[in-house]
Amino acid sequence: MLFTSYRFILFILILFILYYIIPKKLQWMLLLLASYLFYSIAGLRYLIYIATTTLSTYLISLRLNQLQSEQSSFLKEQKDSLDREGKKAYKASMKLKQRRWLVLCLIINFGILAVLKYSAFTITNFNGVLNLLGTKPLPLIGFVLPLGISFYTFQTMGYLIDIYREKYPHERNIFKLALFISFFPQLIQGPISRFDDLKETLFSEHSIDGRNISFGLQRILWGFFKKLVIADRMLIAVNTIVRNPEEFQGVYVLVGMFFYAITLYSDFTGGIDITIGVAEVLGIRIRENFERPYFSKSIAEYWRRWHITLGTWFKEYLFYPISISKSMLELTKSSKRRVGDWLGRRVSIYIASIVVWLITGIWHGAAWNFVVWGLLNCFFILASQECNPLYERFHSRFHIRHTFAYRLFQVGRTFWLMSFLRAFDCYRDVGTTFQMYSTLVTRWNYSELFQGGLMQLGLTIADYIVLTAAVTLLLVVSLQGRSGSVREKLAARPFSLQYAAYTVLFIAILILGAYGVGYDASQFIYSQF
Amino acid sequence: MKKKILIHIGAALFTILILVLLQRLLMPKYISTIHEGNLIAEYYDEVKEHEVIFIGDCEVFSNISPITLWEQYGITSYIRGSAQQLIWQSYYLLEDTLRYEKPKVVVYNVLAMKYNEPQKEAYNRLTLDGMRLSVPKLRAIKASMMEDEAFITYLVPLLRYHSRWSELTEEDFKYMFHRDTLSHNGYLMRIDTKPVTVVPKGKKLPDYRFGPNSYDYLERMTKLCKENDIELVLIKSPSVYPYWYEEWDEQIVEYARENELTYINFLKYVDEIGIDYNTDTYDGGLHMNLSGAEKFTSYLGQLLKEKYPLPDQRKDKRLTKIWQKKMDFYYAMKADQDEELKEYGYLKSYGAVAQSIEEE
Amino acid sequence: MEIIIEILSGLHPEVDFETMDTLIDNKILDSFDIVSIVSDISDEFDITIPVEEIVPKNFNSAKALYAMVERLSEE
Repeated sequence: MLFTSYRFILFILILFILYYIIPKKLQWMLLLLASYLFYSIAGLRYLIYIATTTLSTYLISLRLNQLQSEQSSFLKEQKDSLDREGKKAYKASMKLKQRRWLVLCLIINFGILAVLKYSAFTITNFNGVLNLLGTKPLPLIGFVLPLGISFYTFQTMGYLIDIYREKYPHERNIFKLALFISFFPQLIQGPISRFDDLKETLFSEHSIDGRNISFGLQRILWGFFKKLVIADRMLIAVNTIVRNPEEFQGVYVLVGMFFYAITLYSDFTGGIDITIGVAEVLGIRIRENFERPYFSKSIAEYWRRWHITLGTWFKEYLFYPISISKSMLELTKSSKRRVGDWLGRRVSIYIASIVVWLITGIWHGAAWNFVVWGLLNCFFILASQECNPLYERFHSRFHIRHTFAYRLFQVGRTFWLMSFLRAFDCYRDVGTTFQMYSTLVTRWNYSELFQGGLMQLGLTIADYIVLTAAVTLLLVVSLQGRSGSVREKLAARPFSLQYAAYTVLFIAILILGAYGVGYDASQFIYSQF
Repeated sequence: MKKKILIHIGAALFTILILVLLQRLLMPKYISTIHEGNLIAEYYDEVKEHEVIFIGDCEVFSNISPITLWEQYGITSYIRGSAQQLIWQSYYLLEDTLRYEKPKVVVYNVLAMKYNEPQKEAYNRLTLDGMRLSVPKLRAIKASMMEDEAFITYLVPLLRYHSRWSELTEEDFKYMFHRDTLSHNGYLMRIDTKPVTVVPKGKKLPDYRFGPNSYDYLERMTKLCKENDIELVLIKSPSVYPYWYEEWDEQIVEYARENELTYINFLKYVDEIGIDYNTDTYDGGLHMNLSGAEKFTSYLGQLLKEKYPLPDQRKDKRLTKIWQKKMDFYYAMKADQDEELKEYGYLKSYGAVAQSIEEE
Repeated sequence: MEIIIEILSGLHPEVDFETMDTLIDNKILDSFDIVSIVSDISDEFDITIPVEEIVPKNFNSAKALYAMVERLSEE
């Protein structure tokens, strides 16, 4: 069920009404029911995967909890009889036990994900090797990915690791855990929520609240605007360019990157707006996933502001565990001795970063283009980190650091750098992407663009006018958003103005949205991941 | 508090008003092209006293002229035809018509029996958008929708036509609230000529049986007429194309025999009717032009008159007055088309453009 | 405590670590800094800092870091 389908709108309308007329105690159960209904509409057989994840996580979290309480009561009893060493040894043995269970659960769940998502990719590459050796290729197995599996697997494993780390108590009610895993607004494309974060509002009782409802609906409306008016319209041009690489080269590659940047942003953040808005109407608070990423001044900053919850996940559950693991620290120590402090200090960070970005790459898709994309991201982040002292010296000499123009330059640089990297995502093929890069220089067709070139991309002048106006609005709202919530600001204005603003937005979506006959229904770009 | 609620209600009503206006503006008007789009809606403004109702696809609205039936036999009739009208649409249009009047005879053109499933969104629109909201309309929508269509877009056509905002013309503003009548009791007049050059042979089909869905609605149509004491007449118009297979003809003959209905395949009486395919069609045999339609109607009227008790209504002064107006309009249009044909060589404002689009 | 200040100052000489208590919240320390700090502290104090200790509240100020080190060395 697409967010932008009539069915989804009907679905949430019915849910909203039911949610506030049933006894408040039952509210979270209704959400569980709705989430499973939502999921089974995508395909009944997918339920088995999400159920496996839920059950395995639940059982193992119980086991972890049991071991943890066993440990604390044992330590309490033996408080005086055990010496420090003894305690330490006991703790270590208990930790090992817990770790075994944790690893088992991680293997089950990431195993499912890996088999479903990566077997075709692995077999294809394996066959490449077999081919070199002159052996017969293996048959390809193609699985259809269950809805949102990358998202819920990560979210659930984050939960279990937190339990293992004793960050917060585990959930005793399996149905509540099931709701946390399957909560339908965030099922398709995140955000990846943390349990302690979401449970505050997910399971509590909510009475009808005008502010929640109007703010939520506004947010949904804004999401639809971004998605239907901007993303789905611009996607037509993006697809024309990237699907015909032999025809659209040179300046068109640049246009494609620029349009794709806007399309992806509007599509993904529009979807997240709908997610957060739906939850808000239900009185549930979901964490923000974006913080105006295109205003970032460096790639590292960009990744702290784009798809925040995924970045946080990788930092907490992959980057730190690798970079501060015992063996890593030892490696750091020995390399410091051998190659000096400067390089030694970097070994662990580099290794951890490369692993994180490699996996971030494959998380986005099982293909080489994403691997290259991830590694390039990593390269640029590390390189700019290293160049920092250089910049500092340059800045202090020329006193340009805080000028507006310089900041604008930084923002522009980051935006274009990211757009260039994203070409790997557009063309989905490493060779083609590099070939297109080269046409930027070799095919000097920059004058063509405004001599009819733009008209060949499947959009009309009317479309360009709408896009220009809509993107300008998006930009203005983003700029306004830097100094606090735009909705809050608007809510402080007179009713007539608010009413006019939202009516115009609503009608703009209805009339200008790229939906229905004549427009291809496009899935949210991010839900493929 | 009370005041606040009132303000909200007022605001909501205002929004709805804007949406209604926008919907009127954005819906296609079918004035300068594709006149077929107006056929279904025009019926509702009529004085609904018709003895004969025709239902079916272009083979009724292009080939039969109610004015001729009136002029020659004093029969009052109306054509509820539309482009590629599918049989379930014909059935529900009949149900819809029966809400307003009870004709003595219903004539159904059987060509659409060949379609067992919905064919094309655009044709669905031409038939369904014109229907007034009613239970038959809802059922017709349900029966007609293609897989990728959404029910709500028929109830709120704005959702379907919103993207027309960039192609609005003066016409859309001019006819927002009122549209001119374009048909003559459901007949679309064309006086130009394009002779039949080739008589296309029918391609071999894997299966000649009409689909179960088609039969189901034919049976329901038969039943509905029986219940209402209406004579159902099945016809196949004398258009040479789309090809009407002998195997199809046999099935209708069989069905008519079993259900004691009259079925006439007029393709077999072409000479008797006097149709000359060099002068009587405007598109090489798909549709009759005025000359062909008048010849066919004259023949058909004779048959109906002989077979069914259809008294001459021309004695009724009130009806005569109404029909006189229709005749005036008919002949005025004929003259206008004559002139246009002389001036431009083709019917500029009577659908010649749309026709070429359709044929592509 | 001096050792910790020294470690921190090595990374960001421009910050006054005696008083600053929003090192994470104000994004002064990034994840690379944190790894460096953990590595230096483990060396200096001969302790292991487990991953679950890497939370903003332990890294927001030199004081908080010191408290964490004290706690971990006692265990």
